[in-house]
Amino acid sequence: MDFDLMINSIPKLLDAALITLKLLSASLLFGLFVGLFFAILRMNKNIFINKFAYGYSYVFRGTPLLVQIFIIYFGLGQIEYLRSSFLWVILKEPYWCAIIAFTLNTGAYTSEILRSAFQTIKPGLIEAGKSLGISNKIIFYKIQIPIAIRQSLPAYGNEIILMMKGTSLASTVTLMDITGVAKYIISTTFKPIEVFIVAGGIYLFMTFLIHNLIKYLEKKYSFQ
Amino acid sequence: MNKLKIFGMGILISLFLSITSNADTIKIGTEGAYPPWNSKDASGNLIGFEVELANELCAIMKAECTIVEQDWDGMIPALLMRKFDAIMAGMSITAERQKTITFSQGYADEVASLAVMKGSSLEGMDTPEGINLTLGGGDVKKALKTLTGALAGKTVCVQTATIHQNFLDSGDVGKVNVRTYKTQDEVNLDLASGRCDAALAAAVAFTDYAEKSGKPVVLVGPTFSGGAFGNGVGVGIRQGGDDAIGKRDAKLLKDFNKAIDKARKQGIISKLAIKHFGFDASM
Repeated sequence: MDFDLMINSIPKLLDAALITLKLLSASLLFGLFVGLFFAILRMNKNIFINKFAYGYSYVFRGTPLLVQIFIIYFGLGQIEYLRSSFLWVILKEPYWCAIIAFTLNTGAYTSEILRSAFQTIKPGLIEAGKSLGISNKIIFYKIQIPIAIRQSLPAYGNEIILMMKGTSLASTVTLMDITGVAKYIISTTFKPIEVFIVAGGIYLFMTFLIHNLIKYLEKKYSFQ
Repeated sequence: MNKLKIFGMGILISLFLSITSNADTIKIGTEGAYPPWNSKDASGNLIGFEVELANELCAIMKAECTIVEQDWDGMIPALLMRKFDAIMAGMSITAERQKTITFSQGYADEVASLAVMKGSSLEGMDTPEGINLTLGGGDVKKALKTLTGALAGKTVCVQTATIHQNFLDSGDVGKVNVRTYKTQDEVNLDLASGRCDAALAAAVAFTDYAEKSGKPVVLVGPTFSGGAFGNGVGVGIRQGGDDAIGKRDAKLLKDFNKAIDKARKQGIISKLAIKHFGFDASM
């Protein structure tokens, strides 16, 4: 074990953790909106809208994230038409390709989490609102959404952790996140065990923080 | 229950045999993704200059060899972890790598070059045809200065853990925006898509790609050799030691050196090089 190498690689990997956090927060933020949008579509009674939303979540939950990144980064880059369009400004950058892939992936899972949370809301609560003469819109924003968010916290916490680990795939499209920088250090030192242990430690620490944040929120918003 | 026990024992024994039975065969690691050095045919078999050369060398050494595939970025770590005994993967002999492993004498050498897509602003650079970084001198300095100016702010793509990456990181051509990829295939894809302003690799890797894909990839600037580009391609082997495996590794190095001598004298290396590279890249 080369402990000097482990200690020397810590600052470099912590710098790279910033990229990981940026990728994670951007895709979670966008993914939450995408997820909420598709969760609402899933509850629509129109069969076409419903099936469309189901199809989206089926495809993105049913294929590996790595394949999704490759299709968006290398696949779309092959299409001549796209390369000459304004979209290329975004698709040219590996950073945005990664965020698009992560957003669509986490959006699919988030839509399922939110849909099931909405469906577990007891009809009595909505009926109580209606009997008080509260409008449907306000019932949705003041009753359904808060309850759904509370219900989905444990599952969504898991999704955040899964997504955090998923960002390591950004290194396959040349981004220098924690895994990317770890591979770079290994490419000159040829010592994968030491460097990956440090990288793994940083991921574990981030999981620890996310886990505790979710636990805190669960307690704060518990019904008891 | 008894059947289960026998089944379990059977698995254990077969695992044990698979570890120990091959003690005398030489395992050679290659990438299988760097034509014409080494690559794979449509059905997944390893082919290319080094695969054929490895078989020839093994025949001369009268040794039984198996060639195994390994991703490039894990090549040296895998050698150190004894997943195989030798590397034949277009790996140049460099001082950086010699800190960790040892090399046989070189068996082939070829130059590196920058490549761009036709119509790039980098075409038509005023540089000598080739520069040798070890020799140095005024011409080399001037060429590096021209390159530094031309590449400023440009994105240059390379395969990770290569001499090409080392060269760009060395600062000889100033601060370029280096992007690293797992395989040369991915470098080629992003060069063609326009995400890379230029790419740096073995010149033959680009001409091979241009020929097979029909894409207008052109070589620009000087060809590079020496310095960070190393001293030819050799067989990578673990540094010998005093224990049994260390002694075996030291002997393997000697055997490879002798075999390369013989193959060179018999013209085997030249013949294979001309077949795969289109010119005599042997050394």
